[in-house]
Amino acid sequence: MIGLAFDILSWVSLLIGAIFLLVGAIGVLRFPDFYSRLHAVSVSDTMGTALILVGLMIQGGLSMVTVKLLLMFYFMIFTGPTAVHALAEAAIEGNVKPFARKTGQ
Amino acid sequence: MQGPLGLYNYWIVIVLMMTGFYIVIARPNLIKKIVGLFVFQTSVFIFFITMAKVEDGTAPIIQEGVNLYSNPLPHVLILTAIVVSLATTALGLALVVRIRESYGTINEDDIHVQDEAS
Amino acid sequence: MEHLINIVLLGLLMLAGFAIVRTKSLLAVAMLTSIYSLLSASLFVVLDAVDVALTEAAIGAGISTILMLAAIALTSDEEKAPRHTPLLPLFVVIATGAALIYGTLDMPRFGDPAAPAHRHVAPTYLQDTPTAIGIPNVVTSVLASYRSYDTLGEVTVIFTAGTGVLALLGFRPRRRNTEDTGRKKLVILRVVAKLFFPLILLFALYVLFHGDYGPGGGFQAGVIFATGFILYALAFGLSNSQQLIPHQLLYVMAAAGVLIYGLVGIASMLLGGKFLEYQVLANDPVTGQHVGILLIETGVAITVAAVVLIIYYGFVSRRPAPGDI
Repeated sequence: MIGLAFDILSWVSLLIGAIFLLVGAIGVLRFPDFYSRLHAVSVSDTMGTALILVGLMIQGGLSMVTVKLLLMFYFMIFTGPTAVHALAEAAIEGNVKPFARKTGQ
Repeated sequence: MQGPLGLYNYWIVIVLMMTGFYIVIARPNLIKKIVGLFVFQTSVFIFFITMAKVEDGTAPIIQEGVNLYSNPLPHVLILTAIVVSLATTALGLALVVRIRESYGTINEDDIHVQDEAS
Repeated sequence: MEHLINIVLLGLLMLAGFAIVRTKSLLAVAMLTSIYSLLSASLFVVLDAVDVALTEAAIGAGISTILMLAAIALTSDEEKAPRHTPLLPLFVVIATGAALIYGTLDMPRFGDPAAPAHRHVAPTYLQDTPTAIGIPNVVTSVLASYRSYDTLGEVTVIFTAGTGVLALLGFRPRRRNTEDTGRKKLVILRVVAKLFFPLILLFALYVLFHGDYGPGGGFQAGVIFATGFILYALAFGLSNSQQLIPHQLLYVMAAAGVLIYGLVGIASMLLGGKFLEYQVLANDPVTGQHVGILLIETGVAITVAAVVLIIYYGFVSRRPAPGDI
């Protein structure tokens, strides 16, 4: 019974993680300019990966696999936002202008 | 999968190889040519690793209770080939950088024009 | 299920390949090449080649992309359209592809356990490794022991390529004051780089010494070492990473790795065995194998790390040709 509960919990977390990643991907395709695309991908990507890793950890149980996944979790949570931050800095440095609708149209 | 359909991933790998080959012979840009070479190399790696796969086998790390493993020999060949491919790619890119410094362009057609003019 | 994952990954690889052909901006092509490599690394995991996947992810998706970006920064990032129509190349490519596909028709089907490739030496390697070498990872035992002549050749090739890049690009240290602009903007990047730098080096050591038991070994460890230093150089600038690991030291390291490999061979000859016959290195043949494999893997890692860093320093320290901005 408790095994089934854990299974359901892990699958729910995996599915929600996948939905987050999908939404991020749609955002990258649909948003108009560089910064809003970055915004779409950074938040949903970190959240989606985190949820998928949590789902896998529940599947792994108390084992060496879970320890390795925990380390990956730690790395992802640092590298994802840092990479996006560096990208945004580089875009500002390279004079990428944010998208703005012209008034009067 | 039985019959000739069981060869499907060899065919896709050949398509990938030909993509790389096409970039090498049809594109005049030298960096693009090196990218094409890289694509070709990586497809050859996939070809070898596909041949090493044994159905229902597992990675060639000996464990208790497992007696079907993939073929380790292609893995070894390709592992070293990947590192060598990095070395050759770097050498090619270094040559491109030097060509750019002496010709001022990395377009093959322009280089031919300059060579014939001199 | 495995076939499904296979087909999806191969389809994505084809998409990436066609996108590389069509894309004109070379920066985008470099990123697509990285994606192509990462996809093939995932395919290697599905095909049970974990060691190869680790190498491809570190080298193809990591270092190669950095080198391509560096080369593009030194040349130009747009591609001119070709002057000739691509009909003749297209014909050549289709003809070659058709011939190759005709050639595959005689091959054993995918995953056939009775294929000739699995009947020759591979069963011997798989059977003898636990007793004769005493380590579980067969890839490491074949790489470092059964076929160690091969590996010596590969390490020499890498050493030669490093020498070649050095001869072509050289190394010109930059003046210090050109790089310290924009220090405030980089503060987050620098803090995270400082946090990760020791962890990457630790992971490289783990990959090196755990290579006998799991995926890993000298080649991968060397590349991961180099990645750590490249991260440091990206965040703190070339002159700072010069102080951390000066280029003169790299030249010595590149040669020393190959030398360690060769000396292990000569030592086993002096102790009464053949060249690179590790059994004689200790009283017990299996322990001798352990010692030999560990020593040559260390040599490989040192050479690979040094050569990758020499190449990186060579590209990054070169200034764009006069006339460019």
